[in-house]
Amino acid sequence: MFHYLVLAAILFSIGLYGVLTRRNIIGILMSLELMFNAANINFVTFNRYIISEGLTGQIFALFVIVVAAAEAVVGLALVLLIYRNWQGIKTDYVNVMKW
Amino acid sequence: MDVGLNIPFWILSAVILISGFMVVTLKNIFHCALFLVLCLFSVAGIFLLLNAEFLAAAQVLIYVGAVAILMIFAIMLTSQIASKKISQTNENRIVGFFVCLVFALSAIILISNTKVWRYTDQALPSDNILNLGGTLMTDFVLPFEVVSILLLAAMIGAIVLARKERP
Repeated sequence: MFHYLVLAAILFSIGLYGVLTRRNIIGILMSLELMFNAANINFVTFNRYIISEGLTGQIFALFVIVVAAAEAVVGLALVLLIYRNWQGIKTDYVNVMKW
Repeated sequence: MDVGLNIPFWILSAVILISGFMVVTLKNIFHCALFLVLCLFSVAGIFLLLNAEFLAAAQVLIYVGAVAILMIFAIMLTSQIASKKISQTNENRIVGFFVCLVFALSAIILISNTKVWRYTDQALPSDNILNLGGTLMTDFVLPFEVVSILLLAAMIGAIVLARKERP
């Protein structure tokens, strides 16, 4: 159990590093996916190693996957919109509230 | 944990960590997406080791099959960024690295100091897909429906956002 949790913690930190340092919105979204996956590994690990009646951990991991998919869809649509308006998707460009 | 369970775990976690590191550090965003596919696939393997067969299948179908392909589509549609030799990271690199290092170390220390409550080493029953479906349709039926509404809303929202002409 310890190994799985440490793996998830390191994966989460890698994703956090990506979110903090990427300049590209798609890169940020990919790092976010890494963080979601670290959380999922935690859910499934606790579900596997802690005595409980049901499979709540796996069901929550399933919901996390679904919500991450929805987030990716909307995020990538926003990326396309930003690209169309600014001709680039670096986060530095998007610094105006209104055009 | 016996040795037979350990070797796949070490291989998978090495693949996950190395490819995850590649995802956040490589300059070419297209290569990043390919490494993301590898990483998510190995996470599916980890789910298999943890007796979550349905989640492993869902991970491969949804993440590797849909989300990663969506990312690659978005990268190709915004082709300007894939070829340029510009820096892909901002000036927070050093600070961000130390923040993540501190976070990882503190998380690991916390994990190793925590006494686990009601720990068991028994594997889950092999018919847990049956239980999963049953629980999803009885105890969790309201979140299940809400999530379907969320997916519908995300789909319509994406169509509205990415549409070219405004009426």
